[in-house]
Amino acid sequence: MKSTFILFTTVTDKVKKLFIFLIVLMASEAVHAQLQIEIISGNPSALPIAIVPFQWEDATPPPISPMDEIISGDLYRSGLFDPMDTADMMERPVDEESIRFGTWRLLKVDYLLIGSVRTPADGQGHELIYQLFDVHTRERLLAQITTVGPGDLRYGAHRVADAIYQTLTGVPGAFATRIAYITATGFGADLRYELVVSDADGFGPQSVVGSPEPLLSPAWSPDGKKLAYVSFEKGNSAIYLQDVATGSRELISGGKGINGAPSFSPDGRKMAMTLSRTGNPEIYIREMATGRLTQLTQHWAIDTEPVWAPDGKYIYFTSDRGGKPQIYRVAPTGGKPERVTLEGDYNARASIAPDGRRIAVAHGRGNEYRIAIWDIETERFTILTPGVLDESPSFAPNGSMVLYATREGTRGVLSAVSADGSVRQRLILSEGDVREPAWSPVIR
Amino acid sequence: MKKVWQLTLAMIIALALTACQTTPEVVPEPTPEPAPEPPTEVVTQAAPDPHDYTDSRNLDNPESMLSKRIIYFDFDKSTVLPEFRGIVSAHAAYAASHSSARVTLEGHADERGTREYNLGLGERRGNAVMALMSAQGAMGSQLVVVSYGEERPTCRVSDEDCWSQNRRVEIVYTAQ
Repeated sequence: MKSTFILFTTVTDKVKKLFIFLIVLMASEAVHAQLQIEIISGNPSALPIAIVPFQWEDATPPPISPMDEIISGDLYRSGLFDPMDTADMMERPVDEESIRFGTWRLLKVDYLLIGSVRTPADGQGHELIYQLFDVHTRERLLAQITTVGPGDLRYGAHRVADAIYQTLTGVPGAFATRIAYITATGFGADLRYELVVSDADGFGPQSVVGSPEPLLSPAWSPDGKKLAYVSFEKGNSAIYLQDVATGSRELISGGKGINGAPSFSPDGRKMAMTLSRTGNPEIYIREMATGRLTQLTQHWAIDTEPVWAPDGKYIYFTSDRGGKPQIYRVAPTGGKPERVTLEGDYNARASIAPDGRRIAVAHGRGNEYRIAIWDIETERFTILTPGVLDESPSFAPNGSMVLYATREGTRGVLSAVSADGSVRQRLILSEGDVREPAWSPVIR
Repeated sequence: MKKVWQLTLAMIIALALTACQTTPEVVPEPTPEPAPEPPTEVVTQAAPDPHDYTDSRNLDNPESMLSKRIIYFDFDKSTVLPEFRGIVSAHAAYAASHSSARVTLEGHADERGTREYNLGLGERRGNAVMALMSAQGAMGSQLVVVSYGEERPTCRVSDEDCWSQNRRVEIVYTAQ
């Protein structure tokens, strides 16, 4: 059961219409609450595209959520596309010959996707066959077959959206990804924390671990199979590493003091973390195969929130050695840390863009905290969000968007903003408090 | 828990007093009057001097600083303010005079800023209280600092009134 509502349209005399859709996603195996996605601002120059419902030629029954809805939802959420409502489609071509481009031009569509789903020759899974056309030039921009395993139709639809995104923007898509986040529900004795994983569109939330004690700082392994996180279940903060599929986990660090802020190296062989066993929080690197620990910082300041650059050459971290928290970086082999953020009262909890040139931070001024992007080369900040209690930025693996935690009244919610700040989307959990999002790497 | 202690103590004293009355010798004597109910003063004696920080009864005595368990801090600071030093001294004196005492200093921060940094801030506050207590006679082995950062707020409103209540160290006795 699914429904798409058009909330309202606003238009100024000179600007194109802004459509705002409320998309309610019903997950048939939802653990508890649904993740509702609301678009709260839009891009007036979004590309109009028509995703024609796929022809179903597969042996299995068609899914509850059609392929075109998943693809349109992804493209819409990116802020760069304006997908056409299928109810307005007068025709539903399934092959190039049956496309009447003139009709689509009249509907003011620039791009057209047609496709079908069928069972592969070996009878296993599904084949998605699709073609993308430029409506004005009639040129075929993309023709592809994507094969997925049984039960992976949603994943296949996300891959189609990725292909469209890459073809039309030049940037790889990040739709076939997952997000992890922490929820806190209930009060007092009923307070319950959960670490949840869902598809990046919010579908299918699954609880990875639950606890009456706080959970924080989820961090994905580079292969997308494991999550490291901090848990207070033993009474003190401790770092665990858990296999998402099997649920098996190991205690990585639980000694005296703080055990926090786990972060995997790009090759997955090492984990940076914060330990205060020497008396104040310092950054350490743990070799995962041997458990060997190396201390990276040595300073009376709070040194925490380490994160690796995508090329592995630096570890960026938060330090208040200069008085208030700022971002520093140091080579994993050691050395004197150099300060990175040069403006602002408070900069913490960096997330590095995949190109390594930009970092997203929680940027504080007075009592207000916003997400800002620091360009390492130009040494300038771009403020992305209105605040005032924004934190935990997490870059999409294609660098196009930043997921972050914010507040509405007393409720914690997740929002996503495009890297240039032009499009912002709110993801609301329908009960409780959501925080600490972490965007997974691209899987498979 | 302390009330159970006191009640048990009272019962033990009462039992001891009645036990003294039994006669183990063969010659029966007219049974003396049973021991009177021990008057309540026997248990509590005089009210404790609230300034005697070695008296464990003051841990529950609202007149005494020993019953105060929360130290509050200024924003972004971990210095123990002058108005709270008396409380810290009281607990230091108690720990110094009770080698079995074990204290956990739970450090907290308000919600502003990032969670992991706030773990560090909470710990810094706990460490500040621990340093003061150690300087005044508590043993290192008696004290443990645990930081909860912003994860255990006592209120959830985004204003200074609530934030100031969350910037705290809680003194928790795990053994007296």
